[in-house]
Amino acid sequence: MDILFSPWPWYVSGPLIAISMALLLLAGKRFGVSSNFQTLCTIGGAGKISDFFQINWRERKWNLAFVFGSIIGGAISSFLMRPGVGVDLNPKTAELLESWGMQNPGEQFAPVELYSAEAWTSPASLMILLVGGVLVGFGTRYADGCTSGHAISGLSSLQLPSLIAVVGFFIGGLTVTHLVLPYIF
Amino acid sequence: MLRFVLIGILFGIALTQGEIVSWYRIAEMFQFQSFHMYGVIGSAVVLGAIFIQLAKRLGWHSSEGKPFDIFKYPMGWKRYLLGGTIFGMGWALTGGCPGPLFILLGAGYTPVLVAIVGGMIGTILYALVRKHLPH
Repeated sequence: MDILFSPWPWYVSGPLIAISMALLLLAGKRFGVSSNFQTLCTIGGAGKISDFFQINWRERKWNLAFVFGSIIGGAISSFLMRPGVGVDLNPKTAELLESWGMQNPGEQFAPVELYSAEAWTSPASLMILLVGGVLVGFGTRYADGCTSGHAISGLSSLQLPSLIAVVGFFIGGLTVTHLVLPYIF
Repeated sequence: MLRFVLIGILFGIALTQGEIVSWYRIAEMFQFQSFHMYGVIGSAVVLGAIFIQLAKRLGWHSSEGKPFDIFKYPMGWKRYLLGGTIFGMGWALTGGCPGPLFILLGAGYTPVLVAIVGGMIGTILYALVRKHLPH
C-alpha cells in the first residue's frame, strides 16, 4: 500500500498514460485533451463569433466526460493519496529556482507564487497564468494538438507532423524557461 | 459516458501521483535536470507505439467493431512548428499542458482556473486570426 500512496516513478505513470490512450482507442475514441477548449467555447456560444466553433459538441461529450474524470482523479490523488507531499526536485533545480526568487521550491506540490490561495490576490501571478493559458489555448489549436494529441498519440502512431510539433514545444518551452522565467518571480 | 469518466479518473490519478502536473517537474524538464518527465513521455510513447502496431498486425479494433480512430495529421510543418512553439511557451509559464491544467483544478490549486479561462481566450483568438496565419 505504501507504493500506492507515495509519489509514483516515471515507469508507473508513463505506462498508465499509454493504458489511458489504449482504453480510449478501444472505446472507439482518441486521446487528445486540448480540443476540449474548443468544445467549451462552442458550448459557451462562441459559434456566433467564428465558424471555427460551429461544431457538433454533442459528439465530443465523451471527451468532456474524460476531462471531468481527470479532475476527480486529481482530487483523489491530491487529497487522499498524497496530501501535503512536496516534489523531490533535483537540488540543482531547487537552487536555481530559489535564485530566481521562488520560495522553498519543491517543498509543496505546486509553487505558492502561482497556485496557492494567495496567488488570487497577486496581479503578477494572475497575469502569468492568464498569458500562459492564452498561449496554451492559441498554440494547441494552431498546432492542432498538445502533449496528449501530438507527443503521445501522434508520436506513438509514428507521425512526422507530431515530431515537428514536439520540437516546437521544446523551442517554446526552453525559450521561456531560460529567457523569461528567471525575471518574473 | 461512465467509462470515459473512469478512464479520466485513472489518467488524473496517474498524472497527479506521478507529479506530471507539478509546475516544478516541468521546470526541471526544461532545465534537463531530471529524467522523470522524459521517462514518463518516453515510456508512454514506446508502449503506445507497441500497442498500436500490435493492433494493426493482429487486427484489433474498437468496441464498436471499427478500426482505431487514429487521427492522421496532414503533412506540413509551419502550423506544427509555430503552434507547437507558442504552446511550449505557455507550457513553461503555467507548468501545465491542457490535461494537467484541468487536473490541477481537481487537485485544489484553484488559481489554475485563470489559466483555463486563458486557454479558452487563446482558442477564440486563434479562431479569429487563423485565416491570416501560415499553416
